[in-house]
Amino acid sequence: MMTLKVNGRDHQVDAEADTPLLYVLRNDLALNAAKFGCGLGQCGSCTVIVDGKAVLSCVTPLVLVEGKQVTTLEGLGTVATPAPIQRAFMEEQAAQCGYCIAGMMMRAQALLMRNPKPSDAQIRAELEPNLCRCGTHMRILRAVHRAARLMDTADAASDRSIR
Amino acid sequence: MTAPVVLDRRSVLAGGGALIVSFSLRGAIAQEQKPQSPALPGSLAKSPNLDSWIRIDANGQVTAFTGKAELGQGFRTAFQQIAAEQLDIPFDALKVITADTKLTANEGYTSGSHSMQDSGTAILHAAAQARALLVAEAARRFDLPPDGLRTENAAVIAPDGRRLGYGELVASDMLHVQAQPTSSLKDPAGFKVMGQPVPRVDIPAKVTGGAAYVQDMRLPGMVHARVVRPPSYGAQFVECDTAAIEKMPGVIQIVRDGNFLAVVAEKEFSAVKAMHALAAAAKWRESAKLPNQHDLANVLTALPSQDFAILQRSDPTVSGARSLEATYTRPYQSHGSIGPSCAVAQFIDGAMTVWTHTQGVYPDRQAIAEMLGMAPASVRLIHVEGSGCYGHNGADDAAADAALIARALPGRPVRVQWMREQEHGWEPYGPAMVTKLSASLTADGKIADWNFAVWSNTHSMRPGGAGALLAAQHMARSFAVPAPKPLPLPEGGGDRNAIPIYNFPNAHVMHHFIPAMPLRISAMRALGAYHNVFSTESFMDELAALAGADPVEFRLRHLDDQRGRAVVVKAAEEFGWTRGQQPPRNRGYGFAFARYKNLAAYCAIASEVEVDRETGRARLVRAVAAVDAGQVVNPDGITNQIEGAIVQSTSWTLYESVTFDETRITSIDWQTYPILRFNAVPDSIAVHIINRPGQPFLGSGETGQGPAAASLANAIAHATGKRLRDLPLSRKRIKDAIDA
Amino acid sequence: MTGQLRIITGIAAIVLVAGAAAALAVAWRPQIAAIAPPRADTFDPDLVKRGRELAAIGNCNTCHTVQAGATYAGGLPVPTPFGIVFSSNITPDADTGIGGWPEEAFVRAMRSGVARDGQHLYPTFPYDHFTNVSDADDRALYAFLMTRQPVHASPPANQLSFPLNYRLLIAGWKLLYLRSGDALQDSAKGAEWNRGAYLVEGLAHCGACHTPRNALGAERVNAQFSGGEVDNWHAYALNDTSHAPVRWTADALYAYLRHGWQADHGTARGPMAEVVGNLATVPDGDVRAIAVYMADISGALAPDRKRPADVVAQSSSDDAAQTHAAGAAIYAAACASCHEGRRALPYGGVNLALSTAIASPDPRNLLNIVLSGVGAIEGERSPIMPGFAASIDDTQMVALTAYLRERFGKRPAWANLDKAERDARAVQATSLAARDTPAESRQRGKP
Repeated sequence: MMTLKVNGRDHQVDAEADTPLLYVLRNDLALNAAKFGCGLGQCGSCTVIVDGKAVLSCVTPLVLVEGKQVTTLEGLGTVATPAPIQRAFMEEQAAQCGYCIAGMMMRAQALLMRNPKPSDAQIRAELEPNLCRCGTHMRILRAVHRAARLMDTADAASDRSIR
Repeated sequence: MTAPVVLDRRSVLAGGGALIVSFSLRGAIAQEQKPQSPALPGSLAKSPNLDSWIRIDANGQVTAFTGKAELGQGFRTAFQQIAAEQLDIPFDALKVITADTKLTANEGYTSGSHSMQDSGTAILHAAAQARALLVAEAARRFDLPPDGLRTENAAVIAPDGRRLGYGELVASDMLHVQAQPTSSLKDPAGFKVMGQPVPRVDIPAKVTGGAAYVQDMRLPGMVHARVVRPPSYGAQFVECDTAAIEKMPGVIQIVRDGNFLAVVAEKEFSAVKAMHALAAAAKWRESAKLPNQHDLANVLTALPSQDFAILQRSDPTVSGARSLEATYTRPYQSHGSIGPSCAVAQFIDGAMTVWTHTQGVYPDRQAIAEMLGMAPASVRLIHVEGSGCYGHNGADDAAADAALIARALPGRPVRVQWMREQEHGWEPYGPAMVTKLSASLTADGKIADWNFAVWSNTHSMRPGGAGALLAAQHMARSFAVPAPKPLPLPEGGGDRNAIPIYNFPNAHVMHHFIPAMPLRISAMRALGAYHNVFSTESFMDELAALAGADPVEFRLRHLDDQRGRAVVVKAAEEFGWTRGQQPPRNRGYGFAFARYKNLAAYCAIASEVEVDRETGRARLVRAVAAVDAGQVVNPDGITNQIEGAIVQSTSWTLYESVTFDETRITSIDWQTYPILRFNAVPDSIAVHIINRPGQPFLGSGETGQGPAAASLANAIAHATGKRLRDLPLSRKRIKDAIDA
Repeated sequence: MTGQLRIITGIAAIVLVAGAAAALAVAWRPQIAAIAPPRADTFDPDLVKRGRELAAIGNCNTCHTVQAGATYAGGLPVPTPFGIVFSSNITPDADTGIGGWPEEAFVRAMRSGVARDGQHLYPTFPYDHFTNVSDADDRALYAFLMTRQPVHASPPANQLSFPLNYRLLIAGWKLLYLRSGDALQDSAKGAEWNRGAYLVEGLAHCGACHTPRNALGAERVNAQFSGGEVDNWHAYALNDTSHAPVRWTADALYAYLRHGWQADHGTARGPMAEVVGNLATVPDGDVRAIAVYMADISGALAPDRKRPADVVAQSSSDDAAQTHAAGAAIYAAACASCHEGRRALPYGGVNLALSTAIASPDPRNLLNIVLSGVGAIEGERSPIMPGFAASIDDTQMVALTAYLRERFGKRPAWANLDKAERDARAVQATSLAARDTPAESRQRGKP
């Protein structure tokens, strides 16, 4: 048993220390957003935020995240009350199959927390580890720009504090 | 529920004709219906009952059904728009149920950009005819002629203001009738929902962590399985000491059946660890002899082929003087779904249920039933979205894996998740292809004579029979891989788009169909059209250069199809294409056009690329596309499809090839099968849609693949002065061409 | 000696030497008149082709190109202990590149580090190696560079403090350290060895990274190939002080330089990845020659380094898991699946018992690689290793690397590992921050 801090809550998890965070999020905590894409740290589908930074949860064993704050896409907002990044992806219709999108959003979120006004080149550089196969890239870029603008408004300020 | 329908609807159905009331048991499943009239539009031809498509409950809930599988193209939203429009129901009030062998019609596979043509058309007409039936029933109750009634917000309204909701009007079997060949469709000019960029209904869940995929399923008591595939095609299981693995924590069972090997565990990571242990312990005898991947052109053309002359057009009065010939090649390429295939299966009381992201619930059910020796009626396949598949990936195989394992653990839902290496190593690839072209030009710069020959495998080894499934091939009672067949024209497979759309006076097209399949192959987005359009449209540019003509003008010179001309002109205009325009240094402009399958959507793409002469790196800078997909239902959906097609085709065209050694596939992850990443994404993509209100839906999912590839190749040729004919147009090939 | 003191001493020495040099009037070099840039088609294509191969051996593109910038257009900031020097534009642009340079000016720059206008060039341009490049090869290089596309681009001004911003001082440096141009040759050795010597000591300038430098930034001739510095990476010793767990043979070196990886040693990364990327395009014979010469200079081997790879691969310290339980747990969970997987190099992780990074007395390379991983190369088959900077904190990182050192390195613990870890992370963070800055100012090869 170990304690995992996910989306602001403590969870008691019965899993081996070498279990990748991804499996624990998906199976033990029933969180859908982080996806299994390669299990090798090559595609970014499993990206979540740990202590404010984008992390590939498929190659991050529990032993590394004990005591740290894990945030998944579920922790940002809901359909009814979406976070700016979620609103932006909805407004830009930035998905086809959508399988990569949660990972894209978490990496973009980590960027925007660090750099609230990234340039287009910076967004591209940041998203480099994440693969999309449908070719939704143009929309993803637009959505991240839109999220930056949305976050810039005062009412969204609280979302920046998400860790 | 199955009582005969008493209403006389003869007089109210637009288009007239006999009203045939079906008495078939609804529970006996819609796909059993026999088509009564070949003239019925779209998939109504195969599943003519209106209630196969539209259901209205007494509480007013309206549901549209499709036998097609949402693969991320967004057509669930488009279908909802169609039904809402034709039924005059608020968009949000409508539900759409997708492919499920218990609930929906048998629409075969979701492929070939057919969803809008087949299913969209069926729903369009079914919804319109359902509306007519509702109006007729209201007319009867109001005792008014139907002509004066109107529909609005899920109700029929009389001129005097009386109003009857659909739920009140619907009789038990009102829609359990056969469709008519024609419908009273709404005037496109008055559309409120169709033609609008309605936001996709699936996106909110996908951006908030809602359950959206088969991978997200968590059934009570569900266990996790992993398969251990043989190391190479045809490898035979020799032995495996499983004693230690069976004792690993959480391991429930090791399932072996011939060459099929899998492990089931309570927790997913336990299954993964056990899978690794099992893979390390298993001994195999390998025998595969794969061809030389660096010599595919000769490998393919040397294989025995069945040869079909698919076009022989002759006009002896026209002959050419200057001539040109060229050979183009395409390697095996991967679908490369971001999420490896996954399925959940449960075997209870002799009935098997499989949740799968297959593209064809009915054919896959047939195959799985055959594999398990079960009656198809005892097997239910339910489509649940997976990661985008772009054709026949591992989905059907994962479904078979899950079913085979679940049968060994009755009662427990079994979730099988393929690993990355398994998806890349075992998916059926897009086949390698070779095309040889020659043509001659008349004195006035027109193509006099066009010869096109294509060598290719089939482009569909989809299930139907169990032998198409890996699990069935590997189990002890092994099913043989079915004999491949060329896909029939006019759509074709390896010869898809091999016949030119242009008006060449002499044209000869040969399809060399190769039955032998050195690598496992099947359908990949656009099938042969990707390479055939790449070849045709590259060669058109080569001939334009020989003729000293502008590439766009040269195409128009040979193109009679007015809708085709319109997209060519539109793309050129929006791109700012002008004859002889000088690009900035190291940049080039390219153009390409095709009508997918010569019968579906039209697409023209103009591209600007930048080539680094020192590294050979080519980057698509911008692309401008014009597309005519017939009547537009959701313009943003079409734009999304075309944008995606351009980016994906750019990745195929610049980077991708399956690699293998003498025995094994070696491109088994993103290190060894690199695809486009963000630093290669263009600066801009613009998609211009030419809407054709009232015209048939043509589908847009695959029309962009070929033109995007050729447009890119032509732009690279323009930028470098070098023509590359072997896919992919890799950095090394470009650099070698520049340095040559 | 602290770094600062060393610099001050260095400056003082240079000032003194420069004064003397000036007195002797050796510093002055004449300007060579500019020419109209020759047309590309005036050069023999075979000469251009040879020049392309030589430029790859010389790794010219690495320093003369900024990330995502035009190749050979310069502007790359090269950090030195004395400040930042920006690489020059060596495309044939008449105004900002070498378009106006006649061949004799190019040869003079290669031989004596003097620009066409007579200015001394800072020795970040490794002309101390290029002195031995033959006339024929210089001609080929010139032909190659003059047939590149001219790019109009001026590098930023160097950021050197007084008095080092005076180029005249370089003349003094040259007086001390610039050797005559004769290539090292030994008739007792074979042609391959001699070819290798010519390339390694000359155009390939291997010592520029792999030889330590003195206070004045010159390579220490008496410590040649005993390990140096580049871009916050440690360039391993290539001589008999090498810490590679398995001895380098000529065949192994050849495979490594040719393909970027070798089964007994691992995969090239950091700045070396760029070198092997270039060597992949040069004639086979030249790579083999470099390998033969390098294997020879690696000299006598300590007995424990002669064991074959399979023995080394199996050996490990059993005590490590006890003494470094936390690190062992991290290794088992985060590293072992790839580094003990069944996949062969280069796409599988190397058995860490074979890792020079872990055996090396300098932990930086190991820290760099674990923090940053190995990124994908656009559209190219290439190894990918995820970086762990975001998921492994300082304490975990120290625990992990200390464990790896004991278990696989079987060598004494690294001193000051905590500080090295923080430094490496600071560099990594700078690199990450650099992504948030415009591309032009980005440095190359930063971990």
